Amino acid sequence: MTLALSERRTKAATVVALTGEISSATSGELLERLMPLVRAGKTIKIDLSSVGYISSAGLRTLLVVYRESQHSGATVTLSGVGEELRFVMSVTGFMDFFETDEPARSEQRRRVAT
Amino acid sequence: MTATSLETMRRIDAYPTHQVGGYGVRAGRPYPYGAWVVPGGVNFAVFSDEATSMTLVLFERGAAEPMAELEFPAAFRTGCVFAMTVFGLDHENIEYGYRADGPFNPVSGHRFDPRQILSDPYARLISGRDVWGTEPNWDDPYPYRSRVCLEDFDWSGDAPPGIPAEDLVIYETHVRGFTRHPSSGVTAPGTFAGLREKIPYLRDLGVNCIELLPIFEFDETDNPRTDPATGRRLHDYWGYNTVSFFAPKAGYAATGRYGMQGDEFRTLVKDLHAAGIEVILDVVFNHTAEGNEQGPTISFKGLGNSTYYMLTPEGYYFNFSGTGNTVNCNHPVVRQYVLDCLRHWVADYHVDGFRFDLAAILGRDLDGTPLPNPPLLELLAHDPVLRHTKLIAEAWDAAGLYEVGSFPAYGRWAEWNGKYRDTVRRFLKGDSGVVGELATRVAGSPDLYAGRGTTASINFLTAHDGFTLADMVSYNDKHNEANGENNNDGANDNNSWNHGAEGPTDDPEINALRMRQMKNAMAILLTSQGVPMILAGDEVGRTQQGNNNTYCQDNELSWMDWESVRTNAELLRFTRAMIAFRHAHPELRTTQHPTGMQVPTTGLPDISWHGERAWDADWSDESRLLAVMRSGTGDEDVVYVAMNAHWDAHDLQLPGLPGGRTWHLFADTGAAAPYDLHQPGAETPLENPGSYLIGPRSVVVLVGRESAPHEQGT
Repeated sequence: MTLALSERRTKAATVVALTGEISSATSGELLERLMPLVRAGKTIKIDLSSVGYISSAGLRTLLVVYRESQHSGATVTLSGVGEELRFVMSVTGFMDFFETDEPARSEQRRRVAT
Repeated sequence: MTATSLETMRRIDAYPTHQVGGYGVRAGRPYPYGAWVVPGGVNFAVFSDEATSMTLVLFERGAAEPMAELEFPAAFRTGCVFAMTVFGLDHENIEYGYRADGPFNPVSGHRFDPRQILSDPYARLISGRDVWGTEPNWDDPYPYRSRVCLEDFDWSGDAPPGIPAEDLVIYETHVRGFTRHPSSGVTAPGTFAGLREKIPYLRDLGVNCIELLPIFEFDETDNPRTDPATGRRLHDYWGYNTVSFFAPKAGYAATGRYGMQGDEFRTLVKDLHAAGIEVILDVVFNHTAEGNEQGPTISFKGLGNSTYYMLTPEGYYFNFSGTGNTVNCNHPVVRQYVLDCLRHWVADYHVDGFRFDLAAILGRDLDGTPLPNPPLLELLAHDPVLRHTKLIAEAWDAAGLYEVGSFPAYGRWAEWNGKYRDTVRRFLKGDSGVVGELATRVAGSPDLYAGRGTTASINFLTAHDGFTLADMVSYNDKHNEANGENNNDGANDNNSWNHGAEGPTDDPEINALRMRQMKNAMAILLTSQGVPMILAGDEVGRTQQGNNNTYCQDNELSWMDWESVRTNAELLRFTRAMIAFRHAHPELRTTQHPTGMQVPTTGLPDISWHGERAWDADWSDESRLLAVMRSGTGDEDVVYVAMNAHWDAHDLQLPGLPGGRTWHLFADTGAAAPYDLHQPGAETPLENPGSYLIGPRSVVVLVGRESAPHEQGT
């Protein structure tokens, strides 16, 4: 499992685009890369549109980034949050902490077979 | 910004000292038990009294064969606890279990078998049944796999609502059944997430506590039976067959396939709390899914058979639970296990209380003898972490121990009051000789709970086990053929009455009478002293077509049909109003039993009994009419509830009221909707202030209060 990061600056924010999977195997590295930006109080947009899977540990890592940003004054938003990820984050409570740059869609998107 | 020393310091135990099975390891911490993420690794701790050796078995997630087997070095054993910290694991991507070697000698209680891979009794996450009803791989040598997880949920200040027990209105439901029906309209039917979407419904209904049928990991596919009529596979739908006590059921989570059931359940609890609703879990500590000699070996059997189970002198399983085995609850080690488990659910999941299935077993000694002072019950009653949780006993077991009214309470335990259910049901169907006991029951059963107060009595008429309310008024007999046991399963003494036809009928008179009886039941339940419990769906007349034991029916028979919210709006409206009425009247919810003493504010007794004539109840055998008047200090109002189970109408002379109060009508189940009730606070003054004609088989609820300004002069 790999995770690639690319960073670019726009006028409004530092955009960190991720490609791959965020799990316990990759989240340590992700945190190492993001923390300097967070500690510097930047406005950070994490682009998840090329992330296929985020595990429980991956979501926890994003939440750690959010909590750290509250201390440093950084602003963290998510973009490119796909439907399934949005659903998982919503029903496990993680979405409560994040701003996303897409208009909030209703949870009534489709039925998950159970 | 400089990092604090705690952020940069490394612990000296964060480094391996040995190599075992290709992994760096070191002697672990013997407690807490289970698998915990520690700096650099995972600490595994498991105890077994008689095991001679123990091996940690590691799988890559989902793999058929283990990726490593690590025997615990002898030096890693403290007492009988095997503990080892393993470094370099991807904690999220592994599953683990144990092989325990030791004597195999069933007569002396030992069943060690190192060929078996055993689940950790303290596993907080289990995989193997991740999606409900999926056909399992029956050849998997290790079907219920322990996993490592973090408990670092962000609760954001969630605190238990801490609702006083006397103010509770409990709603008993099943996570899957509540939203699995296609009519539920939720995003993920049949899950914690689905239930969360129905919080507005619960809030509108007015209940402030939900009691969930078991949510500890169980195997819904462990039922071998089929429905004889359809050939459909039957399930273990209720889940009173625990596989793993610390792990939430994956199949109840839309995110179970991602192993995120813990967070999904916590999010549900957090949002219920925000809506002012508490969560009580139905927990099953009387037996496990391992069954008897013929049953599978999952965990306890292979780690400490004679520790965890009550065994006969010949080494067979006692069967006080009726399901094959009996957990050895008062063994000191098992007591600690039960306590650890409940603390986990309170500390890590914020649940507000527990209902203990067949709790009489929790008071039995190691040989099955009922104990006068069961240490487990005392321990739970006084535990600091559990201190403010609700503890509710199903105060009987399957071997004849019936402790309703005598369950060892330690000032803490409440009971499902089976006598309340039986008495009110018999009264409702018109039995003679019930009025006297009815009075005792609606007053909070002081005969059973003197000294313990009214909150010891969980009043209910229906529960998951037995008829629904609609079936209670539609069937004389159980109809359990679909369960595949020739209708031999389920209770026979239902105290039910079909009102003239068995099951559904087109007869409008019968249907009207059934509706009235359901309203009568709700009105009595919600004006009785004690804590009312409603079975989910009864507020909209949910039917199980006469099946009174739907433990195996994962289908429309058990599921809540949300269409009935529309089609049965009349009963829903009535139930909502009765719940609101209860919340509005503290005199119905005093913690002490009423005694008949005069209340200073009104000069009336706190409770008094009436019949056709005020102050003169008819206690004779043939009486089927009783009225109760309540007056309390918390409220200036007086409440009068007349219950008529007689087939004739009766003219009631009403008691006089002090201080400018007059009688107002809140509810009359004999009147057609919408005239059957008024909203609390907007009751209408009686046309004839001193009397009221109560219809056949009806309940009337009146409020004695000062008239509102707009009512005066009319």
